Amino acid sequence: MDSVFSNTLAAILTIGIISFLYKDNPLYKFCESLFIGVSAGYWFVQQYYANLLPKLFDNLGITRLLGAENVADGALQNLFVRGQWDENLLYLIAGILGVMMLLRLVPQIGWMSRWPMAFIVGSIAGLYFITYFQSNAMRQMQNTILPLNSFNNLVLIVGTVTGIIYFYFSKEHKGAFGGAARVGIYFLMVTFGASFGYTVMSRMSLLIGRLDFLFGTWLGLVK
Amino acid sequence: MEFFEKLMSIDRRVIFLFVGAALIVPLFLDIEQKIEITPEVQTLYDAFMELPPGSKVLMTFDYDPPSAPELQPQAITALRLCFDRNLKVIIIGLWPMGPMQANLALETIFIEKKYLDREPIYGVDYVNLGYSPGNELVIQRMGSSIPSTFPRDFRGTPIEEIPLMQGIVNFSNLDFILNLSAGYPGTVEWVQFAVDRFHATMGACNTAVQAPLVYPYVHTGQLTGLSGGMKGAAEFEVLTGFTGKGTKFMLSQSFAHIIVVLFIIIGNIAYFVTRGREKEKIG
Amino acid sequence: MRRQIPLLLTAIVGFVYIIQFFIPHRPFNIFEHLFTDWFLIIAACAIWLGVLNLLKLSLEKVYKRGKDWPYSVVTVAGFLLITIAGFFFSGGRQFQNPGTPFDYIYVNIFTPLSATMFALLAFFVASASYRAFRARTREATLLLLAGFFVMLGRVPVGDLITQWLPVGYRLSNLTDWIMNVPQTAGQRAIMIGIALGIMSTSLRVILGIERTITGGE
Repeated sequence: MDSVFSNTLAAILTIGIISFLYKDNPLYKFCESLFIGVSAGYWFVQQYYANLLPKLFDNLGITRLLGAENVADGALQNLFVRGQWDENLLYLIAGILGVMMLLRLVPQIGWMSRWPMAFIVGSIAGLYFITYFQSNAMRQMQNTILPLNSFNNLVLIVGTVTGIIYFYFSKEHKGAFGGAARVGIYFLMVTFGASFGYTVMSRMSLLIGRLDFLFGTWLGLVK
Repeated sequence: MEFFEKLMSIDRRVIFLFVGAALIVPLFLDIEQKIEITPEVQTLYDAFMELPPGSKVLMTFDYDPPSAPELQPQAITALRLCFDRNLKVIIIGLWPMGPMQANLALETIFIEKKYLDREPIYGVDYVNLGYSPGNELVIQRMGSSIPSTFPRDFRGTPIEEIPLMQGIVNFSNLDFILNLSAGYPGTVEWVQFAVDRFHATMGACNTAVQAPLVYPYVHTGQLTGLSGGMKGAAEFEVLTGFTGKGTKFMLSQSFAHIIVVLFIIIGNIAYFVTRGREKEKIG
Repeated sequence: MRRQIPLLLTAIVGFVYIIQFFIPHRPFNIFEHLFTDWFLIIAACAIWLGVLNLLKLSLEKVYKRGKDWPYSVVTVAGFLLITIAGFFFSGGRQFQNPGTPFDYIYVNIFTPLSATMFALLAFFVASASYRAFRARTREATLLLLAGFFVMLGRVPVGDLITQWLPVGYRLSNLTDWIMNVPQTAGQRAIMIGIALGIMSTSLRVILGIERTITGGE
């Protein structure tokens, strides 16, 4: 009975979204708004339990302070109860940066969010600088240096080199350079075409999944 | 001529109707199709087959329910293959819902008769270490210590009490990694950190949208095999001799592709015919 | 101070991540560990910021009785439904376990809505193929042909219509070739291009040349 109700609820929401195909309508708008609200709530709760609670509140001892019993003492307990320095106190800086991020909601002091933003940008820049250099630049270039002993190798080399030439905008695409860039566009078009084909495949698969739910799981017509 | 002009301005709902019909009708048909095996999926399958029994395979579930139609059949096939070949499976997820998807896949497998008789033992044949937030940084930490990255499993058991995890320190103690990915964090990050930095051997099962993006990794050997989308799922099933949803849905997939291809052809014919007429008018 | 400190923060954090890649030992690994946790905390707050902003806008709309305001009520109600279920009725840290109210809402409301939202794109992709996929130029023709062959070659019907050709020369083989050779070449060019772009931007950010992210010009 419970599964019948759950499946019917999911089916109504599925049909609600699909109804947009006919035209925009109140049922679709309801489902769309519900989706926005529920997904916002999902990430709100998810981020709290996955990051804020274990990494910030537990480490600092705020969870313990609020009466949780199955959690170890945190930095605040060690500092104020035992008088010991706890390196987890450094998480206070992260907490302050987090609050500064939220202050963006207050226009007068919104500039404070630049500090946590700078931290995020710096982390990503530092992390990606090496990994992209190693995996996506060096390894790919290394594997493009192939012996010219087969047609496929030739196509791979020409395609990669001319593709990169196309992305070089500091020099005007004229003459031999322009010709190479033109060949590069052709390769890129084949790449985009193939990606389009795969995107069709992917989107159709998702739709098949939903239809299987409607006709199989819900209505029981497909085995 | 008027026919083609009408064709050019056809109501999009008619197109939607055709797409819907092309996908629904095959669900009720039972037509056997020959599924060709691509070299990438064959390589992935071979990588599993070359692992000696008892090898440790890390399966990373980096997707959520919306991508399940494509990735769940691949996960089920990979898990079955591991259990059939007595490979030990360690499950983790960089997506919050990944480990849940793993549990759903295991539930689907364990109701089969052959597993009812000899169900793989949790903690010995497989373990689910759950989700860890931190995206690619989790992979980086696993490179130094898996137990400190995942101190407890999905059920809350300390990792040192799990027999399967004894002796596993980092990627060098794993024989193969299979990444099931629907985006970020996923195959790209696993290649960048686990493969290129810590020299792990890895294969990937991707959604079809993501698959073309990671093809260069297959060519460089950074990926040992790749299975993309529903077609990859069907191929994987054919290779393992198990008919699952990947194979079942290939008929709908075929019809869907045919209808899109037909739309492209008809759209172009109508375009060129009406354009020729316009040129005549101008002339 | 408003601009100098963010620049300093970016440089310190960026350098620590670069150095720890080459020297994954004390003290850099400790800094990396700490900074990673900080990153996750701040990122969580950034997500909270987005959510709170959405709520603020929705509530403002309801308060001012803006266009379609009843749907904003639905958005707020949806948010409250899953949030209250997640925080108060789902067993705390085990909130995602099967059977909890949070899990129930996730499986029966969130999943069908999000999956169908993405699935809807299938219809629009088909419609776009009909209306916009035209062989107008040489480039467009190449794009169209690649998509055409890949779509047919990746399903069994592709080989069915080319079974009169010898094995190894059928549509699936052509698709394999497209994917592994010209597609890989193009994709590799994009990959290298993006990598070089990321590297130069990262360097500009870490060295403080790129200041727009911290409010500079």
